[in-house]
Amino acid sequence: MTLQFFRSRTLTASALLALALFTAACSKHTPIPPPPPGPKQDTSQPTGNGGAATSTRPTATLNAEPSRFERGQEIKLTWLTTNANDVSISNGVGTVGSSGTVTVSPVDTTTYTLTANGPNGTATATAVVTLVTPAPAIVTPPVRPNNPMATFESRVQSDLKDALFDYDSVNIREDARAALTADAEALKHIFVDFPNSSVNVEGHCDERGSAEYNLGLGDRRASSARDLLVQLGVPAARLHTISYGKERPQCTDATEACYQLNRRAHISAGQ
Amino acid sequence: MTKRPLIAVSFVAALASGVLLAQDIRTFINKISEKPALAVPEFRGAGDAQPLMAVFNSTVNADLQNSGLFDLRSKSYFPPTVPQQQTDIRPQDGKGLALADWAGAPVNATHLVFGYAAVTNGVFVVYGNVDDTRQQDAQSAQLLSNRYVGSPTEADAIRKAHEFATDIIVKFGGSAALFDSRIYFTSTRGSAGKFGTEIWAMDWDGNNQKQITHLGAQLAHTAISPDGSRLAFTMWPLAGGQPQIVMANSQTGRRIPFYNQQASMNSCVGFTPDGTHIYYASTPTGTPQIYTAAVDGQGFSPVTSSRGNPTEPKVNPKNPGQVLFVDGSPKEQIYRMNSAGSGIERISNGEGEASNPAWSPDGQHVAFAWTRGYMSGEFNIFVIDIGKPQEYEQLTHDGKNENPVWAPDGAHIVFMRTPLKSGNTQIYTMLANGTQVKQLTTQGINKYPVWGVK
Repeated sequence: MTLQFFRSRTLTASALLALALFTAACSKHTPIPPPPPGPKQDTSQPTGNGGAATSTRPTATLNAEPSRFERGQEIKLTWLTTNANDVSISNGVGTVGSSGTVTVSPVDTTTYTLTANGPNGTATATAVVTLVTPAPAIVTPPVRPNNPMATFESRVQSDLKDALFDYDSVNIREDARAALTADAEALKHIFVDFPNSSVNVEGHCDERGSAEYNLGLGDRRASSARDLLVQLGVPAARLHTISYGKERPQCTDATEACYQLNRRAHISAGQ
Repeated sequence: MTKRPLIAVSFVAALASGVLLAQDIRTFINKISEKPALAVPEFRGAGDAQPLMAVFNSTVNADLQNSGLFDLRSKSYFPPTVPQQQTDIRPQDGKGLALADWAGAPVNATHLVFGYAAVTNGVFVVYGNVDDTRQQDAQSAQLLSNRYVGSPTEADAIRKAHEFATDIIVKFGGSAALFDSRIYFTSTRGSAGKFGTEIWAMDWDGNNQKQITHLGAQLAHTAISPDGSRLAFTMWPLAGGQPQIVMANSQTGRRIPFYNQQASMNSCVGFTPDGTHIYYASTPTGTPQIYTAAVDGQGFSPVTSSRGNPTEPKVNPKNPGQVLFVDGSPKEQIYRMNSAGSGIERISNGEGEASNPAWSPDGQHVAFAWTRGYMSGEFNIFVIDIGKPQEYEQLTHDGKNENPVWAPDGAHIVFMRTPLKSGNTQIYTMLANGTQVKQLTTQGINKYPVWGVK
């Protein structure tokens, strides 16, 4: 009883909601855009004798989705016939029911023809699927060592760039993102060439904060760089973070240019 | 060696002698005009003792001078006659045997340190005295009169001189802990590789510098246990590797087992006053936090839940429930919390960068490095009373001055200084009022000093 009450209330509420939505839609002055055109359909007149008894003649429709495909892509054929007792689709599909769906994998541009035979005639419908060739991808030449005999250490040293940071910050700047994006691609190639290798993602700081504080800051910089490399597809298991704080500067001048060089995430060869 | 109490002073004796009681050593030494003015004429030795007197006298003078507690009067003003024992003192003399001869101009001493030494039956004996020159009565003037016995060797003469100087310092409310102390630091001397450093140790005055560890690694952030037996520091393998905590015997440098958390960083140890536990910074969850653990690293648990870079936990030596630490992102500042990590409040005022907090032995004052008034990165040493942190005193002015640590006597501070233009970081000491700055190291690069008891 209670359930019915609630169901009734629910239905009533649904009806009111639908009415409200309809009213709201009608109150809008923006015209509803027409539906997009469907795939090409052959709605040619059925063949047969005379024009009498039109309602009993077979009818047929055939849709292919998508109508344009790339090599290896599957196509879904959907058809509907009436007044037919023998329905078939060409190009290897064969006899089918009066309606249905089938998936095909054409290798080239193909015209599928559906033939529906009934007591009062035959109807046909066609669907053309067109093979398209994708635009040639812009292929970035892989980062390769000039010397194919280069060692892992030399590849890491020559192929990877530092990601630089703002003062007392762990945020990835745009230039650092670009550097790490290039590093990610380079690392993927290096890891293919040296399957058992790993690298250290080092976090460094300039000399201005205290050594103890900078150790934590360097750890967070290394983690930020590592996280982005992982997002870009570099296996996390092959990245090890190390903070050196301000203990291993690559520049010791008291200038902003030098400070900037030391505020970095640097990738070095691992164990 | 026998440990002496930090402040072994007789309140009654100090008041009776007119000496300022130095319960707060820093306040005491700030009152420069109230420093006792000591006249310390040369002690002479009878017979075989005389060859030992030069080293004895120089040691006594150095100890008294370095204590920072006294104004040592110039010997050039001393009268021609010097008393050697209490019975030499006359009510009136005019040539040095009367206390008034030392109290008046040009000597202007408040106290006279006098005595002599002799070798009797192969035993070296020193008779040491301190009289208050302002007292009229010889009996009431007598502040200290002790006998020191040893063998007639130079080593024992130095040892007896230290004992006599220590008794004088303690009598005036100072601490003898300075002479039983040792400074540890990292040095590039004797290390391997471009970035290698090892732990070194030296006496409080810079003497007897020697290498303690031979780890072939890069070491930093030195800490010493309250009993002076155990060093803790951060270590990076030179070949590459994550920073980890190492514990080592402070005498032999041998490693002591320690469990490091599985983390990209374990660093910056601070010991609890009883030495059974530590606080430290670690990153097992991916971001730096402060943890506490037993002294062997076991039984660890998180203390902070910060989004910055919490580090440098320093436990109040007189109140284990009060922990200072540094945090910020950006701009490092000094904070205080309880041992559970709650009750957090900022101690520094938010200006510049503030780091390296260090408790005084009495748990009342904090020395720290601060860039207030200077360019970013140009730290100087400041001191605050923990009860009035808004009032600060700047102790240094030249160069980058960092990592202050108090001496066990509560009157001295060791720190590291890096010249602004060029030159290596070196270890310095000073009195806790910023005077008597003394450079202790000159060779190599020397950093991260700590001051422990022997």
